[in-house]
Amino acid sequence: MLLSDVAKVLDANVFACGDKLYREVVSACGSDLMSDVLAFSDCKEKAVLLTGLLNQQVIRTAEMMDFKAVIFVRGKTPTEEIREMANEREIVVFNTEHSLFSACGLLYSNGLKGDIHK
Amino acid sequence: MNFSYQVTKEDFSSAGDASSNFKRTLKKIGIPSNIIRKIAIAMYEAEINMVIHADGGVIEAEVLPEQVVVRLIDKGPGIEDIDLAMKEGFSTATDEIRNLGFGAGMGLPNMKRNSDFLKVNSVVGEGTTVEIIVNLV
Repeated sequence: MLLSDVAKVLDANVFACGDKLYREVVSACGSDLMSDVLAFSDCKEKAVLLTGLLNQQVIRTAEMMDFKAVIFVRGKTPTEEIREMANEREIVVFNTEHSLFSACGLLYSNGLKGDIHK
Repeated sequence: MNFSYQVTKEDFSSAGDASSNFKRTLKKIGIPSNIIRKIAIAMYEAEINMVIHADGGVIEAEVLPEQVVVRLIDKGPGIEDIDLAMKEGFSTATDEIRNLGFGAGMGLPNMKRNSDFLKVNSVVGEGTTVEIIVNLV
């Protein structure tokens, strides 16, 4: 699935790295707890992170995990600092009005796989 | 090659700067991405702990031909019971830290999972040193 397809499926807005929607992703991880994302996510490359948590450490976590994109759910709008940090690290940032559950479900039914717990 | 980073006390917004910088350095050196990810996750967890629990500190990183060594040295309150701290789910983090998405008690176990060698030395009232080693071969 391309990130441009992710945007369409979730009716998402783009806030950072809008020129990188050609990237392909194959898996996703959804959580509001970055500790768990770091500890349990087995998503490696070509993955997106969905979260309702809104702070700079979300981008840091995505950076450490090599995620290609971050999707803020429940209509949360990333701050300028978050957008700037994501642009510097070439991480695409979206937001969507969908809940975490619905957004994950939509992406799963469109072909993205979940992560496998270690 | 040796690298050194300062970590500032209670500066949550910049927590992870050192791990981010070191990750980029490892990429430039040409270390494989799966190994970089292990080092970055372990170091980031340790750096977050340093900001949350200690009064900041110093991170010394060394890239050797066969391994990467990261030492995080703080002068914080120390860890009373290291075995307990290593258990998944045990945490002394405040609600404020939990609201920021951390403090689930996964930090030290996750450092262990992503490293080939982890050593934690701590003296209550003096500080903690965490040594993370990831093999390159």
